[in-house]
Amino acid sequence: MNKNYVNLDVNPCKMCMPMGGSLAFKGIENSMILMHGSQGCSTYIRRHIATHYNEPIDIASTSLSENGTIYGGAKNLKHGIMNVMESYSPKVIGVLTTCLAETIGEDIRGIIEEFKQKKDISCLDIIPVSTPGYGASHFEGYYHTIRNIISFYNEKQAIPNEKINIIVSNITSADIREIKRIIELFQVEYVLIPDTSETLDAPYKENFTKIPDGGTSIEDIKQMSGAKATIELSVLIDDIYSPGKYLEDLHQVPLYQCPIPIGMKNVDSFIKALCTITGREIPVSLVEERGRMLDAIVDSHKYNGEGRAAIYGDPEIVYAVTTLCNENGIKPMIVASGSKSYKIRDLLKLNESVVIPDTDFETIHKYVKELKPNLLIGNSEGKFIKEKEGTDLVRIGFPIHDHIGAQRKLYVGYNGSLRFLDEITNTLLDIKHHGYRERLYNEFYVNKGGNKNAQL
Amino acid sequence: MKKSVEAYTLEDRKKHIVVKEKNKEQGIKCDQHSISGAVSQRACVYCGARVVLNPITDAVHIIHGPIGCSSYTWDIRGSLSSDSEMYRNSFSTDLQERDIIFGGEKKLAGAIDEIVESMSPQTIFVYSTCVVGVIGDDLDAVCKQAEKKYNIRVIPVKSSGFAGSKKDGYQAACNAIISLMDDKEYKIDIKDHRTLNYLGDFNLAGEVWILNNYFKEIGVNMITGVTGDSTIEKLKKAQNASFNIVQCAGSSIYLAKMMEERFKIPYEQVSFFGIQDTANSLLNVARLTGDKKIIRDTEVFIKQKKADIASILQKYKEKCAGKKVAIYVGGGFKAISLIKQFNELGMTTVMVGTQTGRQEEYDTIKELAEEGTVILDDTNPTELQKFIKEKGADLLVGGVKERPLAYKLGIAFIDHNHERKLPLLGFEGAVNFAKEVDLTVNSPVWNLVREG
Ligand code: SF4
Ligand code: SF4
Repeated sequence: MNKNYVNLDVNPCKMCMPMGGSLAFKGIENSMILMHGSQGCSTYIRRHIATHYNEPIDIASTSLSENGTIYGGAKNLKHGIMNVMESYSPKVIGVLTTCLAETIGEDIRGIIEEFKQKKDISCLDIIPVSTPGYGASHFEGYYHTIRNIISFYNEKQAIPNEKINIIVSNITSADIREIKRIIELFQVEYVLIPDTSETLDAPYKENFTKIPDGGTSIEDIKQMSGAKATIELSVLIDDIYSPGKYLEDLHQVPLYQCPIPIGMKNVDSFIKALCTITGREIPVSLVEERGRMLDAIVDSHKYNGEGRAAIYGDPEIVYAVTTLCNENGIKPMIVASGSKSYKIRDLLKLNESVVIPDTDFETIHKYVKELKPNLLIGNSEGKFIKEKEGTDLVRIGFPIHDHIGAQRKLYVGYNGSLRFLDEITNTLLDIKHHGYRERLYNEFYVNKGGNKNAQL
Repeated sequence: MKKSVEAYTLEDRKKHIVVKEKNKEQGIKCDQHSISGAVSQRACVYCGARVVLNPITDAVHIIHGPIGCSSYTWDIRGSLSSDSEMYRNSFSTDLQERDIIFGGEKKLAGAIDEIVESMSPQTIFVYSTCVVGVIGDDLDAVCKQAEKKYNIRVIPVKSSGFAGSKKDGYQAACNAIISLMDDKEYKIDIKDHRTLNYLGDFNLAGEVWILNNYFKEIGVNMITGVTGDSTIEKLKKAQNASFNIVQCAGSSIYLAKMMEERFKIPYEQVSFFGIQDTANSLLNVARLTGDKKIIRDTEVFIKQKKADIASILQKYKEKCAGKKVAIYVGGGFKAISLIKQFNELGMTTVMVGTQTGRQEEYDTIKELAEEGTVILDDTNPTELQKFIKEKGADLLVGGVKERPLAYKLGIAFIDHNHERKLPLLGFEGAVNFAKEVDLTVNSPVWNLVREG
């Protein structure tokens, strides 16, 4: 059983599709999001993202009311687009549907077409993406939206070029900066999507702009169908949602799917893909970084050997973290995700661990009580278990609401993996050191009769 | 200043903005559905219902709908409990595509069965979300059937997000509570004139407890907070109070009115934010008991409390006076008490807005505000940014979504929302509040920011 209850999800370990869609659009240059549905969804999603990134997150809503729900929301949608144009003047508006819009059967494409015929909006692209919250989780919504953005601009195949497409999963802004650095070491041109390295981690400026600088540019996206190859940092997403698969099937762009480069082997496969595509050797500096990581994991292997982890969150992150743990002798006792990525079982082939996709925190909690791991690795939603069981939590993924700076933490590449591993190791060391004098005193002294033998 | 509103782009929004001028009738457009595409900071009906009901600690709260609505609201509020922790769980029917097509009633009934079997709760609240309102699930019927089957209360809360605003959610919640309270078994015949219920406080950071400590000192008896740190049983006993006091009127005034009608319990509005309001409200409570001794004790108590904190508050006042404040909060009640509280610290409010303020509340705000103050209803980031800059505010008070905006604009920020972990109520709260203001307004980081 994946969940303790059949008809209920208790304490969700997933979010809804438009959340994934929003995170994807946040990495597109000069874009704004308009959610078609009722007001609450957009506000909740904004709040959830803003608390993680500590950045203003503006997402408009068409604020459907009872009338709009009964008679259709075309008027609201058109009006909403106008208002967003007026107050934000974006180059792109991503229109994401919510459960409500989908349930009442809104034809957003049709409405947008109608709108375009009446209004001259030649300098604005409106990209409709269907993301019903009940359809799938934020995980699928994220890739599905990237796929739609790419296909929007690549109906016609672009002129063949030498660029490499990099499709990243929902990783931190610092991670994206690191991936760019690594690619740049190979001296190749690339298009990285969605690029949240600046948009969701913007420097302080004297003149604040409502739409942050940065993001993948439209010009770049338009060239993706002519690229030399695609590297998609995902091994678990279904083909129907995969942007790389779209580019391969429709535009014959060769696809390399690698896990998020966290952990020695996962970074290796990313680097190997880059070598294969570019025909270049591994840059010297990366060889050094790898050597340093190897040196460090030897230093910490005995401490890590005492780790027993419960890993949860987005499937891709969970997969990468689990391989990192395996490499270092940290036992993955529980490997869990709220999304339905059953593929993870086949890929990980872990016979001694509980691997549960499509689950909730209530169930994860039950297994934590049963198997007593000494580490939780995942997003801040595990705080409940941490609080109740007193298990230490090493944070990675989205959302992280109880700590600051989630967007600038580095996890990928040899450098990032090492930093993250050190964080795990040090947590284990703290556990070990905490109260060990007292523990040993109790175990070997007090319980064995104290100083009786000294009474001569 | 007037011009600046006129120059503002979104036509539909202009009537929701007023710049105070003395001796002039100025109405503000409020209590309207949000404008499409305007990036309102509001949530939804369901959110309102959850605010009011969720602090009932021993109830099971089932969100009937797709997962998002439940995911984003799981244990996000700072309501504390002295008893059960049941309310901190988020139960969702996690509706899938097939449920949307074939209906979700079966799943909901199954969910209730499972919960009753595993935790045997006395009361279950079932919230409807947007799609449930559309696919036509008969919530009432499912709940009624479950009530019969298990002999417990299963109360439907009609909170489909699109059907109104947060306020309608408050109302739905109040309806649910009154249906729960109306239990003859718990009725006693002779009421004690010293007993009251405290409505419209959700025990954020233990605020109900703070107030209850005051009540113990002055000799009045609180049956329960509504709904802060309440249980099903306490709520059923609430009908025995001699009077009700209402803190957050926006959310709980309907309930007060219904309780007056049904149980003949009169009510009075109070506010325990800020020293002056706290003192006045405590005296008011004492007078409502009609008990001379209590009134005398209360006077002494207030004097003592004020004296205890006077010097420390004076210290903060010296450090904060003269700063300019922008306020953007959920309800009008909160905005009003904040203006007063900043006055106590010698600070001026230059901008004030609410998500769902009522006309009367906007009138009071206008009265309290100084000439030129910008008053906003259901505003958005564009307007916040514009007016904060124009009015030269040093500090913004708001919720989680507004915080990053304040920081990007290089000004101080105070959280005054349901997630707070620091009590801001009563005498202790007034000190905390001043301390918070000082912490942010006088932080050395602003020197670096200004130097660029
Ligand atoms: S699950 Fe659906 S209704 Fe709920 S927040 Fe997500 S989009 Fe909105
Ligand atoms: S679906 Fe409706 S009830 Fe749920 S968050 Fe959105 S607006 Fe609120």
